[in-house]
Amino acid sequence: MSDQLTQRATRFVSVLPHCRVLNMTVEYADGEKVILKLPYSEAIIGNPDNGIVAGGSLTTLMDTACGTAAFNCFEDGEVCPTLDLRMDYHRAAKPGENLIGEARVVKRANSLVFTQGEVRQESDNVVVATCTANFMRIGLRLGSK
Amino acid sequence: MTEAMRKILQQCRDNGDFDAVINAVPYAGLLGIKLHAMDLQPTFILPANKDNIGNPMLPAIHGGVIAGCMETSAALHLLMTMESIALPKIIDFSIDYLRAGRLQDTFVSCQVWRQGSRVANVAINAWQTDPGEPIATARAHFLLVQE
Repeated sequence: MSDQLTQRATRFVSVLPHCRVLNMTVEYADGEKVILKLPYSEAIIGNPDNGIVAGGSLTTLMDTACGTAAFNCFEDGEVCPTLDLRMDYHRAAKPGENLIGEARVVKRANSLVFTQGEVRQESDNVVVATCTANFMRIGLRLGSK
Repeated sequence: MTEAMRKILQQCRDNGDFDAVINAVPYAGLLGIKLHAMDLQPTFILPANKDNIGNPMLPAIHGGVIAGCMETSAALHLLMTMESIALPKIIDFSIDYLRAGRLQDTFVSCQVWRQGSRVANVAINAWQTDPGEPIATARAHFLLVQE
């Protein structure tokens, strides 16, 4: 079951042009949880003095992870636009580290999906940022207009 | 801070060469952020770019790109308007999405509500055709790094 949902999440993320630019990939997905990987690259550096990545690239990782978790928590998949999102940056990610974004659906309601997640360094699992994001349900399925 | 970055910042403050600062930040270049106007406060522009799309059906700009552009603009705004600080470090960032960001030029302006000795609070607005109809509003805290 999670194999199918990982495939569905992969298809969902792979058509997002900006995620392709960032080489973001789906590592795992089930009906509640999504794990994405953002490889380190020079293009996402926010501080040229020390090579630390821009917070915005982590925000994109988590908006995508949480949005994919919201999409995947419905049997047929529902594209849910982000209503709001908050990032807390606990520490700078080590330069050169690939980043892992994990998102979970906390509550699925009639009009909304509530999600939370965090960003970890791939090599040592240290949490560098946490995220809370809420999504609107607009009844949009992939392929429907 | 490296000597190269210190030089770029000094030039920016002496001659108003703000593009050099923006060009020094790779992530700003990835998104395509540029200084649009510099009146009393800077306005930034994120030109329409297919690489920034997050919803290919509409098409619409990726919400993470809008957030990243607003956060980067706020950091640049602090760098440009405050004396003697290095690139500020982001502490937290919260964004409310009000409308879909269409594949059009997007403009960003910032308001520094409070700058203490260590932390700055910045409000950020993003709009496309009408500043009175923002596509997103955000707020951020930055840790200020003294030069």
